Amino acid sequence: MSRVLVGVKRVIDYAVKIRVKPDNSGVVTDGVKHSMNPFCEIAVEEAVKLKEKKLIKEVVAVSCGPTQATETIRTALAMGCDRGIHVEVTGKDYESMGPLQVSKILAALAKREEASLVIVGKQAIDDDCNQTGQMTAALLDWPQGTFASEVTLEGDKVKVVREIDGGLETIKINMPAVLTADLRLNTPRYATLPNIMKAKKKKIANMKPAELGVDMVSRGPGGGSEGDILRGLLAVEQSSRQHGGLISSSRTHLHPAIVATDFHDSSSLKGYSETLSFTELIQPTGG
Amino acid sequence: MSNPLRSEVLKLYRNLLYLGREYPKGADYFRERLKFAFTKNKDVTDPCEIRKLVAQGDCVIKELGNLYYLREYTAMKKLYHKQELFALLNIGRSTD
Repeated sequence: MSRVLVGVKRVIDYAVKIRVKPDNSGVVTDGVKHSMNPFCEIAVEEAVKLKEKKLIKEVVAVSCGPTQATETIRTALAMGCDRGIHVEVTGKDYESMGPLQVSKILAALAKREEASLVIVGKQAIDDDCNQTGQMTAALLDWPQGTFASEVTLEGDKVKVVREIDGGLETIKINMPAVLTADLRLNTPRYATLPNIMKAKKKKIANMKPAELGVDMVSRGPGGGSEGDILRGLLAVEQSSRQHGGLISSSRTHLHPAIVATDFHDSSSLKGYSETLSFTELIQPTGG
Repeated sequence: MSNPLRSEVLKLYRNLLYLGREYPKGADYFRERLKFAFTKNKDVTDPCEIRKLVAQGDCVIKELGNLYYLREYTAMKKLYHKQELFALLNIGRSTD
């Protein structure tokens, strides 16, 4: 029987109101409530469900990051995983860590643990990358079932129903494979206190990326060591929306630009070089 | 209170306390009401009654789990499947 590797990520809790640092270098993370990425919860739940159906033997939860990442692994263990692996990444390496580095780590671990399935969430709610699963599959040269809303194991193949733009797509892929969990895959269980107590007895192995032969640096083009090719530059708060206003139906209240425009012909707007905000357009000119 | 039931009640209390930390109206709000609910029944001695109340507590745990799940699901749905959510609720732009 087989082993499933589940990747989980520690992110700022979805219910927290994000604040930008005063120097606009990023988002405030100190003292802010963190929890497991919702899509990762769904991934863990799916793996545990497969184990409960006796289709797989063991579920291993993996997380990359500083010591606090072990809290996320503990939650995964409380949800039913058998053991955890904490890949320790701290400091500058952690700040520049992205899907590429994580997928390298997951690929190395999948090979080492001889996993037949790697399940991750489709994307993280903090960076919305939607890349880790796909990159892991590419590095392992395994088939991938992304945006999975239904997973069925059929012998040595997996039937995946994927949620795509046009609707639902059903594919059958060989194992070993990588799956990414979408919202409708399942309903993750809440880790209650008795389960958390039981999880304290489960083991979490600790290792460094170097032990897996993974280089955490993201290289510039040309393979040279020019440093990070991906680096956060600026974080700015979203400007608050202006309130809309009620207008009468009279045409004279509209901005001259709209009144003058024959909407079938854009040339009538050529006279107007100013950019108008929507509120300007609906507000009567001259107050 | 008879011994096995005492530990059950304490387990229930601790469980609820743990779950209440994420209560939307605030952990303190929840803790106050939890304490009140338990102290209100502190003089109950009939084991049948106690078991019934413990079962009630288990229902509350299930409800809380559902509440937290629904909250998270709705937030994720709004973030990533907004059009679908609005179509279900029959609101939003019909021109998309």
